[in-house]
Amino acid sequence: MSIIKTEQLTYIYGENTPFRKVAVDNVSIDIERGEAVGIIGHTGSGKSTLIQHFNGLLKPSAGRVLIDGEDINADKKKLRQARFKIGLVFQYPEYQLFEETVYKDIAYGPKNMGLSDEQTDMRVREAAELVGLDDKLLDRSPFELSGGQKRRAAIAGVIAMQPQALILDEPASGLDPQGRERIFDIIKRYREEKNSAVIVVSHSMEDIAGFADRILVMDKGSVFCFDTPPRVFSRAQQLEQIGLSVPQVTKIFMKLRKMGFDLPDDVYTVKYAERILKERLGGQEKV
Amino acid sequence: MLKDITIGQFFPGSSAVHKMDARVKLVLTIVFIVMLFSAKGMAGLCVCIAFTLLIFAISRIPPAMMLKSLKPIAPLVLITALLNIFFVKDGDKLFEWKFILITDKGIDTAVFMVVRIICLIVGSSLLTYTTSPIDITDAIERLLGPLKRVKFPVHELAMIMTIALRFIPTLIEETDKIISAQKARGSELDTGTLTEKVKGMLPIFIPLFASSFRRADELAVAMECRCYHGGEGRTRMKQMKAGRRDVFGCIFTAVFFAAVIAVNILTK
Ligand SMILES: Nc1ncnc2c1ncn2[C@@H]1O[C@H](COP(=O)(O)OP(=O)(O)O)[C@@H](O)[C@H]1O
Ligand SMILES: [Mg+2]
Repeated sequence: MSIIKTEQLTYIYGENTPFRKVAVDNVSIDIERGEAVGIIGHTGSGKSTLIQHFNGLLKPSAGRVLIDGEDINADKKKLRQARFKIGLVFQYPEYQLFEETVYKDIAYGPKNMGLSDEQTDMRVREAAELVGLDDKLLDRSPFELSGGQKRRAAIAGVIAMQPQALILDEPASGLDPQGRERIFDIIKRYREEKNSAVIVVSHSMEDIAGFADRILVMDKGSVFCFDTPPRVFSRAQQLEQIGLSVPQVTKIFMKLRKMGFDLPDDVYTVKYAERILKERLGGQEKV
Repeated sequence: MLKDITIGQFFPGSSAVHKMDARVKLVLTIVFIVMLFSAKGMAGLCVCIAFTLLIFAISRIPPAMMLKSLKPIAPLVLITALLNIFFVKDGDKLFEWKFILITDKGIDTAVFMVVRIICLIVGSSLLTYTTSPIDITDAIERLLGPLKRVKFPVHELAMIMTIALRFIPTLIEETDKIISAQKARGSELDTGTLTEKVKGMLPIFIPLFASSFRRADELAVAMECRCYHGGEGRTRMKQMKAGRRDVFGCIFTAVFFAAVIAVNILTK
């Protein structure tokens, strides 16, 4: 059974006002257990609005959201369970830190779940270890940490709840390349260790291309496509039309194909490109 | 959602009322209030009602907004009505039971007062519906301009108001986000005893304060980088100009004011 499923999900902001805006339009998708999903789309395409339905923060204007096959908006208890099954890390999560110490902040989620002190302690330390925060840092005030550390502390706060699906909204925005890589490593490790589904929202293809099993492309609130990376990137031209920049390698291969070279249209990682080129160049070393 | 509360409730549009000079609108709103209070009887009030409805129609603000502006003052209206009904003792007796005495004069006064309050709110909310908060502050600054002579910090006050207005929607949005983020971590904001509730607010207030200070800091630096040094010698990007439309608006209001006074004299 899929962990997250939506049926004709529609969400409208400001119904009955002049600012009415259909942010999510008739979205029906399925996300499997343990799957890695990337959600991309132009700014304002409804990505953030969509994911806030997965743990019931927003109630659908129409349609349903099923977690583990159960409609989470059916009653309050289901809603609360969904909050704990699905962990949601907002964009710029460091702005939600509030406790006196990093330790207490990470413990906030597990405490709300009603875990015992020992269990909470275990979870906090495990999560801190996973995101690479030193024991020393745990007793500091979260406001004293560096930007990257704050971000990781906030992510640890959700990871400590050990959700069956971890959703992150633009987790790498505003970080340097190293910081970005570090965040994606954390996400991958969480997935491997807990066998949990991970869903990463981004507007950059490059971030997502390397790690997702499937990519959901959103355009103006609707699903443009939801498929494996090679299939998605084979529609590079259409992606560019809806304002998404495809990875550099894909662009180069598009140009080469236009020039008449017979190359595949689904190249999206440098590794894959390297292999193809080596093959085509017929064993001549060094490309 | 918190965001649904729009402060100032500006309703963008392109009607003649929208396009009028904010200073003129502000002054005319005050004139309108004076007009309301100079109406002595129901007849005069009817002229005011006609005026309000006409302007509402011209401004093309959805009529539902009229009701929306009244919602918050509904209790006040109710209390006014009840006080007048029960405590006005002169006039003909309509109903008497133990110490409760209701007279026709009481009912009349109640209706009069209620209509007047409703008119007041609906009419003056038109100003905020059709004028952006920034324009209103600008207009206030201009109108209070003469007070600068007596060293009253008009510009500074206007700047404070402008900045506050500018940041209210931002902070509301931010609060919304923080609430969502803490809910995602399983916080229950609206359960438990009072102390628990207050404690439950901390995860929201602390990040909110932190971010307000951060924004204030950033704004101060940005203003300094642009060499902001107060009001002295600053020119404006948007010049306010009163035009024919405004003259027409003034005449329109004057006609109705005259009508109210005429009705007052005739019905005496
Ligand atoms: N709180 C809100 N109130 C009104 N409109 C909103 C709100 N949040 C988002 N929107 C609108 O909904 C659309 C989708 O926004 P969002 O889900 O944030 O997109 P994305 O995350 O893909 O950038 C945008 O047009 C945005 O302006
Ligand atoms: Mg977003």
